Amino acid sequence: MSTDAQEPELQPEEGRPSPLSRRTFIAATGTATGVAVAAGVTGSGTRPVSATEDVASELADGTTSRVSFLLNGRRQSLVVDNRASLLDLLRERLDLTGTKKGCDAGACGACTVHVDGRRVNACLTFAARLDGAQVTTIEGLTPDGDLHPLQRAFIEQDALQCGFCTPGQIMSGVACIREGHTGSPEEIREWMSGNICRCGCYVKIVRAVAQTATGGR
Amino acid sequence: MFPFTYTRATSVHEAIEAGERGGRYIAGGTTLVDLMRETVERPSALVDIVGLPLSDVSATPRGGLRIGALARMADVAADPVVRQTYPAVAQALELSASAQLRNMATIGGNVMQRPRCAYFRDVSAPCNRREPGSGCSALEGYNRTHAILGTSEHCVATHPSDLAVVLTAFEATVHLVGPEGRRATPIGHFLLPPGDTPDQEQDLRPGELIVALEIPPLPRPLRSGYLKVRDRESYEFALTSVAVALHIRGGVIHTAKVAAGGVGTIPWKLPAVEQHLVGRRPSPDLWGQAAERAADGARPLVHNGFKTELLRRTVERQLRIVGGRS
Repeated sequence: MSTDAQEPELQPEEGRPSPLSRRTFIAATGTATGVAVAAGVTGSGTRPVSATEDVASELADGTTSRVSFLLNGRRQSLVVDNRASLLDLLRERLDLTGTKKGCDAGACGACTVHVDGRRVNACLTFAARLDGAQVTTIEGLTPDGDLHPLQRAFIEQDALQCGFCTPGQIMSGVACIREGHTGSPEEIREWMSGNICRCGCYVKIVRAVAQTATGGR
Repeated sequence: MFPFTYTRATSVHEAIEAGERGGRYIAGGTTLVDLMRETVERPSALVDIVGLPLSDVSATPRGGLRIGALARMADVAADPVVRQTYPAVAQALELSASAQLRNMATIGGNVMQRPRCAYFRDVSAPCNRREPGSGCSALEGYNRTHAILGTSEHCVATHPSDLAVVLTAFEATVHLVGPEGRRATPIGHFLLPPGDTPDQEQDLRPGELIVALEIPPLPRPLRSGYLKVRDRESYEFALTSVAVALHIRGGVIHTAKVAAGGVGTIPWKLPAVEQHLVGRRPSPDLWGQAAERAADGARPLVHNGFKTELLRRTVERQLRIVGGRS
């Protein structure tokens, strides 16, 4: 299951969320050196090189696009650099870090999300192409924020160690069950082969998918 | 990744106009986005064609199969007509890539896939396909997965598609539309071996777009199948593969269609194997004799000599699987 949406915070204050998460802390401490390097290399007035930078308005050269799509049931309308992947858009701009970046090349499945109800690799999906689409990430798997039966099954089966591949495994597994490719452990293994687990939890992942497929949803 | 403009084509006509102006078509994007990130591909204008109405899959009047270029791999593999009439097509698709990638990738893009050679993907390495005249790193480098057939001194990369092996075996036609209108060409002419121009991978003119791939009618009853041999059991490209279709009537093979993958710079048709089968009666000896001809003309490299024998055995096994039933 995804635990990243509730990342441990540094010195949380009572009653309200800390302004400093692990993510912003690392980003803030990295900035000083980053700025120095960037200034030295690119000078001023150079076009931003980050494909995920927040683009407020469309650029006249046509290298940005305006997109509007449903993300976990909520409308997102924004201007994106054409180079931005859905994965980077989710993680770097929309703060939905449950979707993981593993290989960034369509080989590991850590970034699996659902677009229009189908499992796809978010790293190979340009955000600019999503106009009119419906996107579901691990954060939006259940409308009420409860655990999905497959997430419960992962806990029951202890189907993870480091957990990095888990959101992708879950999103892929939910689709695999919906597609009906769960007739046998062999079939599950084949249809889940687009999700790599370096900890080697495959046996328990297959059990979790099988348990969920037969146990209701 | 380099910046690029992005437009969605709302009609085939609009797409061709943009393509003629130098726009690069993007469909599923599973090859292109990856290679753009590696800066192997550097298009300045992307033309999104995935919304065009080119995704129908249908039986042709005389019993062939027409697959729209923008049909997704997953949808074609699951199509009841495909599974019933040409199961080898569904098998090849389901043995390709992953469920996620098959949900994205299209049939036209599958045939258009660029090589998986590690040197082609590494922009710091010489590669004649990426940069003509720079040299071929694989010739003297690590070439275990490379081709033994159809190679040249300029390039030895294999064609990565499984589906294209079946289409080559079955002698499919590529339907194209471009600024000059429509045309059709056999897939065996459409995909080009590297020769002296390894950067030219297809017979494709400026602005041309694949609209469909069509498998001609084959005599029935037809036994067919696709066998893929690889380093791991799933989600991997072929070391060797073979597509076979046999029409056996009165105990004699009347039609044989055979092509191999993982061994050629393009999907490799095996006419010598086909000719040895036609007119003969199925028998275990026949499969072995025919397969002996599978690697005719092979030129192994330093690390891929094993593919010659592996190819023969793959062909023999698949002939036995498809033709062995009485």
